[in-house]
Amino acid sequence: MSENEITNVIVAILVLAGTFLSLVTTVGLLRLPDIYSRSHAASKSATLGVMLILLAALIFFYQDYGLDARLILGIIFVLITSPVAGHLISRAAYYSGVPLWEQSVQDDLKEVVEEKKRSASNAKQ
Amino acid sequence: MAFQLLLNLIIAFTWMFLYSAWDLPSFIIGFLVGMLILIIVRRFFNGPLYITKIYAVIKLILLFLKELVLSNITVIKQVLQPKLAIKPGIFALHTDLESDWEITLLSSLITLTPGTLVVDVSNDQRTLYIHAMNIDDIEDSISSIKNTFEKAIMEVSR
Repeated sequence: MSENEITNVIVAILVLAGTFLSLVTTVGLLRLPDIYSRSHAASKSATLGVMLILLAALIFFYQDYGLDARLILGIIFVLITSPVAGHLISRAAYYSGVPLWEQSVQDDLKEVVEEKKRSASNAKQ
Repeated sequence: MAFQLLLNLIIAFTWMFLYSAWDLPSFIIGFLVGMLILIIVRRFFNGPLYITKIYAVIKLILLFLKELVLSNITVIKQVLQPKLAIKPGIFALHTDLESDWEITLLSSLITLTPGTLVVDVSNDQRTLYIHAMNIDDIEDSISSIKNTFEKAIMEVSR
């Protein structure tokens, strides 16, 4: 097998894995019960899916055009920003009072948030 | 650490001046010579050598990637199994890390770990509130966060 074919096979595997992960993200968004569990699926699988597709593009264009630094930057930016986005969305959801799934077991954050709200309303009066 | 790196760069540039050669190979040779000199005079520095820190940073990046792949496998398993068997909940985790960037790094690592997601950081930055997919193996995830991530971050920062 020539070098070109090997790279093509690797690119194909990476693209397929990336699209599969994106599909899993969508299925997870539809199936999981509450926003926090959905955020699990969205923040993890989507990150790796997009990263794999970008990596495939990087390897594919490396044969003809050399290393494209913008793709590397894109991979790094996606890796850095998406966990922060997942964190911020779930935090905003929690503070605007979106409830957890009914079958959730434990909630250590509840008291803290209620304490905060109480002190805020005391400060207003 | 930044000081040592700067010193190494200065030595590399001095090397280039001494040879009056302005290309990448002589810069790299000068940088390696500077690294050797820094290793020889390491007892004059207060902190550890910056090369060990770079090694710790590389280890942290590899850990990051490994956890990303593992967590994706977990999510695929959870999502694609015919009956949803998740047991979500929020638990508190006490952390020993102090500066802002350490806590940011720890929370993004936790978010990319199998089955955990940071929901909030307390005001005094001592406690992280983490949403877990399966609250049953909470002890495992706490100990793995404590032992692997905090240790790896501490190796980088001090």
